[in-house]
Amino acid sequence: MTRIILFKTLRAIITLLVAVTLVFLFIRLSGDPAVALAPPDAPPAVIEEYRQRLGLDQPLWTQYLSYIGGMFQGNFGYSIHTGRSAPSLFMDRLPATLLLGLTALGISVVLGVTLGTIAALRHNSAIDRMVMSFSVFAFAMPNFFFGLLVVLTGALVFGVYFGGSGATRSLGQLLAPAATLGLATMGSFARFTRSSLLETLNKPFMTALAARGVPFRRRLLRHAVPNAAIPVVTMLGLSLGGIVAGAVVTEQVFSWPGVGQLLIRSVETRDIAVLQFIVLMIALVMTVTNLLVDLLYLALDPRMRGGRNG
Amino acid sequence: MAENTTLSAARIPFVVRLSMGFLALFVLFALFGTWLTPYGFRETALMHRLEAPGLFGSGSEYVLGTDARGRDLVARLAVGAQITLLVAVVGTLIGTIFGSLLGLIAAARRGYTEAAIMTAVDVQLSLPIIVVALFVLAMFDNSFTLLVLLIGFTGWEAYARLVRAATLSAKTQGYVTAQRVLGAGAARIYLRHILPNVFNVILVQFTVNLPLTILLETALSFLGLGVQPPMTSLGQIMSEGRDRLLNAWWLTLLPGTLIFLLALSISLVGDWLRDRLDPTLRGRQIA
Repeated sequence: MTRIILFKTLRAIITLLVAVTLVFLFIRLSGDPAVALAPPDAPPAVIEEYRQRLGLDQPLWTQYLSYIGGMFQGNFGYSIHTGRSAPSLFMDRLPATLLLGLTALGISVVLGVTLGTIAALRHNSAIDRMVMSFSVFAFAMPNFFFGLLVVLTGALVFGVYFGGSGATRSLGQLLAPAATLGLATMGSFARFTRSSLLETLNKPFMTALAARGVPFRRRLLRHAVPNAAIPVVTMLGLSLGGIVAGAVVTEQVFSWPGVGQLLIRSVETRDIAVLQFIVLMIALVMTVTNLLVDLLYLALDPRMRGGRNG
Repeated sequence: MAENTTLSAARIPFVVRLSMGFLALFVLFALFGTWLTPYGFRETALMHRLEAPGLFGSGSEYVLGTDARGRDLVARLAVGAQITLLVAVVGTLIGTIFGSLLGLIAAARRGYTEAAIMTAVDVQLSLPIIVVALFVLAMFDNSFTLLVLLIGFTGWEAYARLVRAATLSAKTQGYVTAQRVLGAGAARIYLRHILPNVFNVILVQFTVNLPLTILLETALSFLGLGVQPPMTSLGQIMSEGRDRLLNAWWLTLLPGTLIFLLALSISLVGDWLRDRLDPTLRGRQIA
C-alpha cells in the first residue's frame, strides 16, 4: 500500500519536472528572449545589457539550474508590462477563477449525476433518450458559441447584459458563465454515471439481492450506488482539465476577470514570465489532482490495493 | 458513405442518416460553396456593410448578409468551412498516426521506451491542449503550419494509451504466437497482423477526436490566436462578429451553428460506428 502511494507520488513529481523542463526549453528555443524583452529599436548595447541581466550569456545548463533554483526561492520573473511579479498578478486573478470554476464544477456534478441516475433507472425510456441526447449536445456545443447564445438571450429576453466587466456582481452574473463552463462536463457526468450505474445494476450480485427479497430502495442505495460511484470519482479528476480549458474561453466571452483572461492577454502581449507561471500552476494543480484522484480510488476500491500498480 | 447506406438504410437509425446527410452537405459546401455567390471572400463593399441576410427578408442581395467590411457571408462561410475542415482532418490524422505509433512502440518495446512514452502521456494529461497551444503560439510566430501541427497534438495521448492496451492484449492471442513460430519478423507481425486488429480502436477514437480538433481550432481562432486574417475559418468569422453580437447576429450565429452541427453530426455517426464495430458496447451508448 505504502509502496503504491510512494510510486504514484514519484510519478507525479517526474511528470511535473518534465513539464517544467519543457517550458524552460520552449522559452529558450523560441528565439532570443533579450531581443523580445528589450524595446523594439533598442541599440545592441541595450540588448546586451538585457542579456546579461537575464543571465542569457551563461551556458544553457547553468541557466536551467538557476531557473529551477529560482523557482524554489519563489522567483518566477516579472511582467514586462506592469513590472509586477508574475505570482502576484496570478493571485489577483485566482479568486475570480476559483469562484467561477468551482461553481461550474458544482453545477455539473450535481445536475450531471442526477440526470445520469434518472436515465439509468428509467433505462430505454423517453427520459433516458432525452438525457443521452443532452449529453451529445453538450459535447458538441462549442462553449464560446453557447456563451454568446447566453449573452444574446440575456440581452434580448431578460434585458440583462452578461458580458459586462463583472463590476455589478449578482447571482445571474455568476450563474450564466458558470453554466456555460459546466455544460460539457455536465454532459459527460450524466453519460458516465448512467453507464456506470447500468453496468452495476446488471451485475449478478444485484439479481442475487433481488432474489433474497432485499427491497429496491436498499438495493439501490446500499449496494448499487457505492459500486457505481467509484468510476464516477475518476471523472472528477478528468473533468478538471475540461474546466481549466473551458475557463480560458468562457472568461473571454463573459469578460470575467480571472486567470484565463490573464493568460490570453499575456499570450497576446508575449508576457513570458506571466505566461509561464500560469502554465506551471495549471500543470501543478492538475498533476496534484490526478494524484489525489488516484489515491482516492485506492481508498475506495480495495481490489486496486493488492495488485500490480498501474 | 452514401453507397453503403442504400443496402442497409433501414438498419441505420434516422438520426445517424440525418447526420450523414448533413456531413455530405457540409463537405459539398466547403468544396463548392464559393460557386454559389458572385463575390469573393475577401472582396469588400463599403456601400454594403453589415447588411442583414436577404434570405430572411431584409431585401439585401446578399443571401446571408455581409460583415463590417461589406464582405459576402456566403463566400466567407464556404472558405471558413473549407479551412476548418482541412485543419480538423489533417490535425486529427497527425494525432492519430503519431499517438498510435507511440502506443504500438510502447507495447512492442516495453522497458524504458514504454516508461518514457507513458511519462509523456502523463505530462500531456497534466496540461490541457489549449493551454499548450496558447503557450507555443505565444513563443513562436503564428503560422498556419504551426497551428495545424499544434492542433494535431490534440488527443494523441488517448491514441497512445488505447493502442498500447489493445496491442498488449493482441500480443497474447494465438495468432501472434503462430506467426512468430512460422518465423515472421517483428515488423511484419506488428504492421501486418497486430495493426489491422487494433484498427477498429483507432477508427472509433478518430471519430471522438475529430470534433475535439474542430472545437480547438474554432476556439483558438475565436480568441484571435488561431487562423489569422486574411485567411478565415468558422471560428475566425465569429471572432470578427463577436463585438456586433446584438446588431449583426448573423456574423456569430451562422458560423456557430455550422460548427455545432458539424461536431454533433460527427459525434452521432461516431457513436453509431462504435456500436457497430464493438458489439459488446451495444445498447450502452446512444443508438
